[in-house]
Amino acid sequence: MTPVLGALHFPPIEELVEWPGIFLKDTPFEVNKVVLLMWAGAIIVFGLFWAAGRAASSGNLVPTGIQTVVEGGIDFVRNDIILQTMGPAGLPWTPFLVTIFFYVFITNIFEVIPFVQFPVNARMALPLFMSLLVWVIFNYMGVKAQGFGGYFKSMLLPPGVPKALLPLVALIEFISTIFVRPFSMAVRLFANMLAGHLLLVTFAVLSAALFTKSALAVILPLPFAMLILLTGFEILVAILQAFIFTILTAVYIGGAMHPEH
Amino acid sequence: MLSLIGHFFAQTAPDEFLDGLSAIGAGIGYGAAAIGPGIGIGIVVGNAITAMARQPESAGMVRTTMFLGIAFTEALALIGFVVFILIKFA
Repeated sequence: MTPVLGALHFPPIEELVEWPGIFLKDTPFEVNKVVLLMWAGAIIVFGLFWAAGRAASSGNLVPTGIQTVVEGGIDFVRNDIILQTMGPAGLPWTPFLVTIFFYVFITNIFEVIPFVQFPVNARMALPLFMSLLVWVIFNYMGVKAQGFGGYFKSMLLPPGVPKALLPLVALIEFISTIFVRPFSMAVRLFANMLAGHLLLVTFAVLSAALFTKSALAVILPLPFAMLILLTGFEILVAILQAFIFTILTAVYIGGAMHPEH
Repeated sequence: MLSLIGHFFAQTAPDEFLDGLSAIGAGIGYGAAAIGPGIGIGIVVGNAITAMARQPESAGMVRTTMFLGIAFTEALALIGFVVFILIKFA
């Protein structure tokens, strides 16, 4: 009993999410595994679209291989995200939203790739940066489409609210649009990926601790089966979070441009 | 009142005791934070299924809106999870 439980050492969280620097150590520009994965994600997305674009421009009208994946993704973003939330007026945003979708998905799916197994978005930096980027864009688009006064008027004073409640509603709307939106968007992506990573680590540690010659090894299949099930579940979460991040981006930009919707 | 109790424990209790208290607080805090979003997501998905069953032709739009609703509702639970991580590890 004791050796098995003694071997069950759950690593502290610093060990799970903090990686030692590889290049430029002890500078603000330190490069570690997370930064390398972030670059790899950008290169993979660029490579996917470059390969598919070359295939398409060489007259390959029936998609095969990578072209199928990329065209399916573009179709999905256009039909299930943009047309549902922004309408046809949002179609010029397709390239931006497709980029967001694929980049978030690739950086998430690193969670279950063997030997990589770390989602970039389990660190706060990338989700925060992307949500601040979206914040800047939707505020800029709102001011550009409705003018400064018109944008804040439509944001703060929703129609059909009793006069007495207007100050309270305006305050709540201001806080929720300006502060809570980017924060909750970043935290949603970050916490989902961190929780998934911790879940996989928990069951992996449990399986490894039970991998002994003692009698307790008979319950090893239980945590191991759970680990496999959760890996499938995390693939679903990676897709779902990319979808939700993209759809929220579309809703925020669409809402800033056309407040009546 | 709570700060008085905390002050009392901080003077008399060893560090392990405070660690134990913060672990209990983290556990109860996350559990409490998950109640509301759990109920909320249940209501959102349940009503979405009702809508899809009544009008299968509008299933695509309902599904998109359902994910939006889930995302907004779930945010509170995730903030609770982050608070748990902060109390437990930071």
